[in-house]
Amino acid sequence: MERGRKLRIGFPRALFYYSYFPFWQGFFNRLGMEVVVSPPTTKGILDDGTREAEAEACIPVKLYHGHVLALKDKVDLLFIPRLVRIDRRSTFCPKFLGLPDMVRASLPDLPPILDLKVDERTSPGEWWPTCRAIGELLGIDSFLRLWSAYREGKQHQKAYEKLLYKGYLPEEALAALRGEEVEVPPRIKENLNLAVLGYPYQVYDGYISWDIIGKLRKMPINLWTMEMVPPSKLYRFCKHLPKQPFWHYSVLVLGAAYYYQQQGVDGVIHVAAFACGPDAMVNKIMEIDLSQGSNPTPFMSLSVDEQTGDAGVATRLEAFVDMLLQRRRKG
Amino acid sequence: MRKVTFPHMGYSHIAFKQLIEDMGFEAITPCHPNRYTLDLGVRYSPEHACIPFKILMGNYIEALERGAEIIITSGGVGPCRAGLYGMTHEKILKSLGYDFRIVVFDPPLVNLWDFYWKLRFMVREARLSWRAFIDVIKRAWDKLKLLDEMEIKAINLRPYEVEKGSTTRAFHQCLQIIDRARTRKEMEEARRECHRILEKVPKDRSRRPLKVGLVGEIYCLLEPFINLEVERTLGELGALACRGVFLTGYTQTDVLGKGNHNVRLLAAPYLNQFVGGHGQNSVGETIFYAKKGFDGVIHVAPFGCLPEIVAKGVLPKISRDLDIPILTLTLDEQTGRAGVQTRLEAFVDLLYQKRRAKEVKGFGTLLPGYRCGLCQH
Repeated sequence: MERGRKLRIGFPRALFYYSYFPFWQGFFNRLGMEVVVSPPTTKGILDDGTREAEAEACIPVKLYHGHVLALKDKVDLLFIPRLVRIDRRSTFCPKFLGLPDMVRASLPDLPPILDLKVDERTSPGEWWPTCRAIGELLGIDSFLRLWSAYREGKQHQKAYEKLLYKGYLPEEALAALRGEEVEVPPRIKENLNLAVLGYPYQVYDGYISWDIIGKLRKMPINLWTMEMVPPSKLYRFCKHLPKQPFWHYSVLVLGAAYYYQQQGVDGVIHVAAFACGPDAMVNKIMEIDLSQGSNPTPFMSLSVDEQTGDAGVATRLEAFVDMLLQRRRKG
Repeated sequence: MRKVTFPHMGYSHIAFKQLIEDMGFEAITPCHPNRYTLDLGVRYSPEHACIPFKILMGNYIEALERGAEIIITSGGVGPCRAGLYGMTHEKILKSLGYDFRIVVFDPPLVNLWDFYWKLRFMVREARLSWRAFIDVIKRAWDKLKLLDEMEIKAINLRPYEVEKGSTTRAFHQCLQIIDRARTRKEMEEARRECHRILEKVPKDRSRRPLKVGLVGEIYCLLEPFINLEVERTLGELGALACRGVFLTGYTQTDVLGKGNHNVRLLAAPYLNQFVGGHGQNSVGETIFYAKKGFDGVIHVAPFGCLPEIVAKGVLPKISRDLDIPILTLTLDEQTGRAGVQTRLEAFVDLLYQKRRAKEVKGFGTLLPGYRCGLCQH
């Protein structure tokens, strides 16, 4: 690499991008590196991923492979951390655990991969142990420099989460952090309150979710998502289950379902990925629990994959919203 | 007398039946999974649940219809879905209107207190002293070991049988004998009797069977109905199917311990992370078999199994790097017997060709009648 040019770190726009990107951007930028994000999903990216990845994997993982392919020639390093546990309460899905290995085994000619393990149980301190390991790998021996980069990342993340709690969606919050003008539709009292729950990488990726968010925004609806509630609160709402689900995002989704049921939303839509293992369980538990109790909540599960059609999704959403409107009119 | 049922897994029901009956309950032994069980399970399970979930669901419904009041099952530590089976089954079955109690035993290392309370509940229900209970457990464990021993023997002998199917018949005869034996003395006699029966099967020791490693998810490996009797098919095709996963071994290393260290070390270059279930074991064992000079490996996994998908993502690279043919069988309720049979036949043919090509090149001929070291424990 020629001197003076910034080290470029590749960050695929998939999976945990919607949860933790601001932290890593702040961290790497402070260290004087450039973070390159892959472009928003297109048909080409998804097709590349589907072709190269393990056939049985879920769409988001296939998509991740596609995004890695889209990035690999433009960057010096790929950042694919092995997320095991980010807090003490839950583990990530096995596909996150084996992500660097799967990517390495199925894609040829990749740039070096930063595949550091993030495990709160064996090395506590959230991202800090990972940051230190990155510093060691990239030859940054100044503790202070690393620490300030870590602090900066935390600041970015905090600002991002604050926006999310205010009702911004991840893409909007990221745009706002970049300094763009973002307008969030105001909450109107007469509108239906609809909770759209699902893993962030599934709901907010406009291409694989068939732009569910955009479609709902055009309807008379106040949109609620699980990112608008602090995770610690969501964890509390899962406490009554005889056994906690293992997977990080699944606990959040289930907790959000119970939380919004208690808040008395008009309906819940669960966006599930086709062939997503945890979703198979979570979806059933959610369905049973939401329909029981003193306050049954209308529930729709929407499973999307690369075969789903745009019109099909639109019809189902409209039908569900119509049904909710009728239900409200009746009483 | 309380009626107690439990999951069906391979041949272990023989030991569990004894355990439940010795404790003084009435055992509702789950039927051998069949088409009907599966249909029942599929109807009430989530669409993308893995096949063991659906089979268990079918078995539970059948048992509850027969009057079972308590379900005993195992939990898990995750992130494999099997750890949530208990809760999900309970929710679904209760929403169907069944009234029962489910006792889910998680590995004691995870939550010793919880384990103790559940155990205490069972012992109290049985009105047993702890001392008597320990004796009951020990005898059930001996039986499990005996069952595994016989299964290993049958696997090792099958490729040599003169008449196809004779070993399997003898093995089923053994199962009946083992089922009848209750006391330690009877079990010792049963062991000798079974060895005698299996050895009596006419064999052709001049054969040189292929050695094929079987790796994958434990339930699929142990339950002949799901894996469409892959071991028997392979054996009758003249291939020695070795597997490292047995219920007793698994209990010792993974349920009561921290997993098989050696297998994890082997897997490390390709998958250096425990991914739940048997994902890392599948990778490690494949490498083990490749290094031991096996002819091929068959990877058995339920459709949509999280850990095995990770393993499947890595296996093609191992196959290329270590030059070992790998066949992955993904099993679900749609899998047909003929399809599996054809694929296995093709795979075995391919392995024979490969071996012949190797021998012609002068890599040395293999000695006749060798057995697999791993299978003998």
